[in-house]
Amino acid sequence: MNLNPVPVMSEATFVLVLASLLLAPLAIAGVALINTGLGRSRSAAQSLLGSLAIVAVAAIAFALIGASLTGTAGGAAHTFHLAGKSWNWLGAGSHFLGGVAAAPPQAQLGLLFEFLAVAFAAIIPWGSGADRLRLTAGCAVAAVLAALAFPLLAHWIWADGWLAQLGLNFSLSAGFLDPAGAASIHVLGGLSALAVAWIAGPRRGKFPPGGFATAMPGHNAVYILFGCLLALSGWLAFNVAGAILWLHAPLAALPVTAINTLLSASGAVAATFAVTRIRFGKPDASLCANGWLSGLVASSATAAIVSPLQSILIGLIAGVLTPLLVEVLELAASIDDPSGGIAAHGAGGLWGLIAAGALAPQPGQFLAQLAGIATLLGLILPLLYLLFWLVNRVVPFRADPDGERIGMDLHELGGGAYPEFVIHRDDSYR
Amino acid sequence: MKFAGLLVMAAGFFLSIAALVLFPASNTAARMAFMLCGLAVEALGLVVAARGHVEAQGKSRA
Repeated sequence: MNLNPVPVMSEATFVLVLASLLLAPLAIAGVALINTGLGRSRSAAQSLLGSLAIVAVAAIAFALIGASLTGTAGGAAHTFHLAGKSWNWLGAGSHFLGGVAAAPPQAQLGLLFEFLAVAFAAIIPWGSGADRLRLTAGCAVAAVLAALAFPLLAHWIWADGWLAQLGLNFSLSAGFLDPAGAASIHVLGGLSALAVAWIAGPRRGKFPPGGFATAMPGHNAVYILFGCLLALSGWLAFNVAGAILWLHAPLAALPVTAINTLLSASGAVAATFAVTRIRFGKPDASLCANGWLSGLVASSATAAIVSPLQSILIGLIAGVLTPLLVEVLELAASIDDPSGGIAAHGAGGLWGLIAAGALAPQPGQFLAQLAGIATLLGLILPLLYLLFWLVNRVVPFRADPDGERIGMDLHELGGGAYPEFVIHRDDSYR
Repeated sequence: MKFAGLLVMAAGFFLSIAALVLFPASNTAARMAFMLCGLAVEALGLVVAARGHVEAQGKSRA
């Protein structure tokens, strides 16, 4: 992506990107709220405290290890030579953020973007492991993600790594395009969610012997839907900042990027609303929230590249796919994903990356996007599963059965999120 | 079975990258076909891994 010399950033652009990045945590807050609302009431406090702890652990692990491995565009890196090409596979930046204050302003903004991106990616699997994942396990997953998996992808995509250099080495247009983290935040988070759901297994009573999957609806639709609105603000900030930092978009292109973000989410929620209305007779609030998220996720790849009309189309397709995939994952694949993170973030991100390649005017861009998708599915998913499988050996993911029965709040925190409420006995545990 | 599926997915990745290394930029059709084959192998691996999970869940339920 950064094959051309990076244009010098004006003061106005610097201020705009910095202001955008200061709003970006709203996306993290929104997703944390959605995850909490989609879980059970007896795990609500653990869910939000976990989100906070995971953001903290991810930031510290990235500062201590990840930032050095991510490196910067044009900075020191580890490369190897194969088939006559140079493959830039790992950054070799200074350790422990050394010299960051003296770095060029654009590099500092890029680093801030990466800090927020890694925190965002780390909370996605936490939502998918809701109601049975222990706090320490969530933090361990976040540490591994921030120290190893995210830096690999971020270097390959944003710091002149081999995916960014597909254009230079293999004549594939501008190389792999991911201006606002569809791959390095959302697909990474979605694949992590899949690995966590596979390893942790379903909540007790979710798939009873010889029966259908038990419906375990989210406990607070207000959290879920307010989280969607909160996430929109953060997403606008991520997409605008990413367009400037990683695509070097001119200021005049930014309003359309923001409009495309809104249109993609709007198309998606309209499609999910219609699909759930047709399938169930009434629109489903949880699935509509997942549809909204999948539209936002797809916009992370496409908002800075496509037209407003194309954004609506991308959102509509994301909004149709998401509720269907949520159902397939639960009923056909026996995957218990309370937050729908695998479908909304993982599949939504993959769809956005494909759409960005298919709708790009330059020849070769589609192949570059497919190469990136092949890397995410064929290299990153097995790597994540292996890493998390090892983590599970050291820090067991699941709470003990009694913890699940009384709820993660009482089990891990000693008190519930709603102390004045009566907690009803759950017959599914008998 | 899940690990076998994940290994098949990694094989699909190397097939996809081979598409770029083996064919020149001018041969777009061959590159695309090879890349799609690699992705198809990855999809196959994902299905195997998913089936492994379903079987393991079935055993733990019984």
